[in-house]
Amino acid sequence: MTEALQTHYKINPASNETGYKSYEAGSFTFKRDEYFVAISWPKGAHTMAADGFMRAMMRTVAWGFFYGTLSYDPVFGTTNHYGIVDMFAGTYHPVFKENGRDHLEIFKAEDLLELFRDLVDDWTNEGYDPFAAPGENDAGQPWGRKNGNNADAVSRIRVTANRMVGLPGDADIRTDRNGYPQNRMFADVSSDQPLVEVEPGFEDEVAAFNLYDYLSRSDVTWNPSVCSVVKESLFCPTSEEFILPVEHGNDRCEWFVQLSDEITWEVKDKETGKPRSRIVMRAGDVACMPADIRHQGYSPKRSMLLVWENASPRIPDMIQSGEAPVIAVQF
Amino acid sequence: MAEYKTVFGGLNDFTPGGVDAIDDNPKNYVFSNVFDVASKSAPYERVAVGKNLEYVMEAVRAEGQSPWYACAHDEFALCMDGEVEIHLVKPDDSDSLVDPDSEGAVVLDEAPDGRKMGRIVLRRGHQALLPGGAAYRFEAGAPSVILTQTIQGPATVERWAEICHSESLSAN
Repeated sequence: MTEALQTHYKINPASNETGYKSYEAGSFTFKRDEYFVAISWPKGAHTMAADGFMRAMMRTVAWGFFYGTLSYDPVFGTTNHYGIVDMFAGTYHPVFKENGRDHLEIFKAEDLLELFRDLVDDWTNEGYDPFAAPGENDAGQPWGRKNGNNADAVSRIRVTANRMVGLPGDADIRTDRNGYPQNRMFADVSSDQPLVEVEPGFEDEVAAFNLYDYLSRSDVTWNPSVCSVVKESLFCPTSEEFILPVEHGNDRCEWFVQLSDEITWEVKDKETGKPRSRIVMRAGDVACMPADIRHQGYSPKRSMLLVWENASPRIPDMIQSGEAPVIAVQF
Repeated sequence: MAEYKTVFGGLNDFTPGGVDAIDDNPKNYVFSNVFDVASKSAPYERVAVGKNLEYVMEAVRAEGQSPWYACAHDEFALCMDGEVEIHLVKPDDSDSLVDPDSEGAVVLDEAPDGRKMGRIVLRRGHQALLPGGAAYRFEAGAPSVILTQTIQGPATVERWAEICHSESLSAN
C-alpha cells in the first residue's frame, strides 16, 4: 500500500495498432486492445475482458465511485472515502494478500474521475452503450479496434431529484416526447398517471407521479437514480437486466425492495470474497445488505429494484466506532 | 415468441424468495415481503419493513379510512397494489399539531382545521409526496398496499421477528 496521495496522471497518445489511448494513474497503467483491458502495477498485472471492464468503469464514472467498494472482479477495484478514493489490485483477494502481491494507491477522487471519464469516452466505440444490457438491440459491441465514440451514451447524467421526480423545477418524468420510450421488456407496464387535484397555492406540494412507468422508460441498467428524498434517506430506484457490473462492497447497510420480477444476489464476505449467501428476491421482497459484505445481482428479465440508501457521510465512521450497526436490525 | 410479462405481485398474489445461507445467518438480511406483511396487518398499521438508523420504510395495508396524520418533514407514499386516495390539509397551526423538530408521522385525534391542499388518487406504481407540515388521510375502497419513505415515529410499528425470514431457503 502506498499511503501518499498520488498526483501522477497521464494520457498517452493513441496506439498505432489499436487506435486506443492508454492511461496512467499513480503507478497503475491501463491499456486496451480489441478484446481485453490490461491493468498493471509495480508488483503485477491483470487482464479483463473489455465488455465487463467497460460496464464497470461506466458505473464508476456515473456514480462518482458510489458508496464503498466497487470490485470489477476479484482483483481490481476502487473504494470511495468521499473526496479520496483507493484504487487497488488484490487487496481483497486472500491469495494476493497472502503472497504480498496486493497493491493499493490513494487518489483525489475528482482527479481520478477526470482520467476515467476520458478513458470511458475513448474506449467506447460508436454504437456501443456500456449502460445497456447485452441483449438490447441497440447495445452495440465493445470489441474491435478504435472506431468512433458514443459520447451521448457515456455522458448521461445520473438523475438526482432534490425532493421528488415530477415536482415543479425538479427532475422531469420520462415520456415518449422527451425521448424515453418504454423498454422492450416493460411494454406491458401501465403508463397511467395518478389523479392529482391541487387547490390554488399548493402546486409545489401536492404532487404524484407513476414511478413504475418512469422506471419502465429508463434507458440504462444498474444505475440507481435519486427519485425522492427525506433528509438523508434516498429512494434510488433503478431498472436491472443481466449482471450488476461490479461486486459492490458496502460501507453501510443498504436496503433493496424488489418492485417487479426477480433478482438473485450472490453475497460474499467483503474482505475475503468468500461466499456467504445467495438471496432470491421477488416482487414485494425487502432485504438489507449488511455493511460487511459485497454483493452482485443477476436479473434474467429487466426488473425494477428500489435501492434505499442512507446517504449520511458519517456512517462509515459510525460503523467503525460501533455507533452504527453492521446488520441493520437485530431480532 | 411470447411477450414479456412484468410481475409486480399484490396482496393476494405474492411468492417471496428468501435467503439461501451458505456460511451466514439468514436473519442478517432482515428479509420480508411487503405484501406478506400487509396481508397480516390491521388497516393502517405502519409496519417497518426497512430501517436505516432513524429512517424507515413502512408497509401499510390501506383499507377503509385511515386516521389523520401529521408530520414535520416530507414523507412519500408508493402504492404497490390497489387504489388509495390521499386527502391533504394545511393545518391553521401545524406547530400545535406536531412539533416542528419531531420525526415521523403522528396520529391526530381528529380532522385538523385548515385549508384543503388537494386530493390524490394513487394506483399501482404511483408515488405521492406527503409534504412536511401538512396533515393527510388515506382512503381505500378495497384492501391496498402502500410503502412509505419516512422517519421512525410514534406511528411506526416494529415486529421484525414476526415478519422476517429466519431460516435459510435450503432448510425448507
